[in-house]
Amino acid sequence: MPSLKDLKNRIASVKATQKITKAMKMVAAAKLRRAQEAAEAARPYAERMGKVLASLSAANAGNAEAPLLLTGTGKDQVHLLVVATGERGLAGGFNSSIIRLARDHALKLLSEGKTVKILTVGRKGNDILRRSFRENIVDYITFREVKQLSFVQADEVAQKVLTMFNAGEFDIATLFYARFQSVISQVATAQQIIPAKFEEVTESDNAAAALYEYEPSEQEILEELLPKNVALQIFRALLENNASFYGAQMSAMDNATRNAGDMINRLTLSYNRQRQAQITKELIEIISGAEAL
Amino acid sequence: MADTFNFELVSPERLLVSEKVSEVVIPATLGEMTVLANHAPTMTTIKPGVVSVKLASGQTEKYVVFGGFADILPTGCTLLAESAMALQAVTRDTLQTRIEHAQKEIDNADSDEHKTKLEQFLAELTHLNNTVVAA
Repeated sequence: MPSLKDLKNRIASVKATQKITKAMKMVAAAKLRRAQEAAEAARPYAERMGKVLASLSAANAGNAEAPLLLTGTGKDQVHLLVVATGERGLAGGFNSSIIRLARDHALKLLSEGKTVKILTVGRKGNDILRRSFRENIVDYITFREVKQLSFVQADEVAQKVLTMFNAGEFDIATLFYARFQSVISQVATAQQIIPAKFEEVTESDNAAAALYEYEPSEQEILEELLPKNVALQIFRALLENNASFYGAQMSAMDNATRNAGDMINRLTLSYNRQRQAQITKELIEIISGAEAL
Repeated sequence: MADTFNFELVSPERLLVSEKVSEVVIPATLGEMTVLANHAPTMTTIKPGVVSVKLASGQTEKYVVFGGFADILPTGCTLLAESAMALQAVTRDTLQTRIEHAQKEIDNADSDEHKTKLEQFLAELTHLNNTVVAA
């Protein structure tokens, strides 16, 4: 049975913890709003890029000279997994759900006899994946010092990926990140970025595309746009990831605050009960002492 | 009053301009081009340079873009810039850092083709640097 003093200390420490989690929740909420705004601001660009590329690639379908980024190398032996996670923990299942998805994917590929290379973005993913896939990790990028995510960081990742692709170091690249659905729900997602995949183009879009004049040639534009698209997809994933991270952290910290509140209630109850018991005990002692006289 | 059309300038980070304009001058890779309303559908890549936008109200706004591409339709024009900012916001320092960055990339480039492209990019940046600072 803990003494009164023990209980009092414990209540004080849980209260301190609660204060911290509450503050973290509020910080996460503020950052989440900013991250969401950034993700939304990036949408128009991505939408237009998607549309243009979809019609360009539809026009280039079946063209034997189409860029490799579009058609792929024709093999699927070597896979590159780009795993984007958070820099920090304390965000519920955020990091682990992305890592689990990536690990399952990697194990499946390995069991099929494929070669797996992993590029981790973010400290957490690197720490955890390093344990089981030490030989597979080819590179590691961290944005620890970066306060505001911008296209420059995404471009940095994209350049690494593209350099590897051009050197023929892999055939298929898949990007792992958490898609932001709502504050309480983030879905770990795998997305193939090389060779590029686009949504089906509808007939009307296609008809409009046929009339375009291209300057310089269609081929050259496509060659220039495809690497940009890789960077863009990565940028989008990073932004979504960022928003998801703060969403996950916010709900995790909300839970923690509530748990701490429950714990304080329970501890206060047993503290009061014990105090009452002690008072009763003292009274009995006094009364029985007085009766004995 | 000339016809107006919709012009949008978008960078990956945000939408910079979305307005009715009467005239836009964009630095296309094959030379500057002026876009007016009812332009034939064209798709072109752009080089680093100054985009000058003449609003429907008659005012002129200038933006600096660092590469990207433009999608021109009779009804509107969308410029997807890799990075863009208002001309007033550009300082000698921002350009200088970009030039240095490009120079570093040239030094690291392995293939000749890539190098040529970067050198061209650098030349355009330097040119931009001179014109902007002079303006």
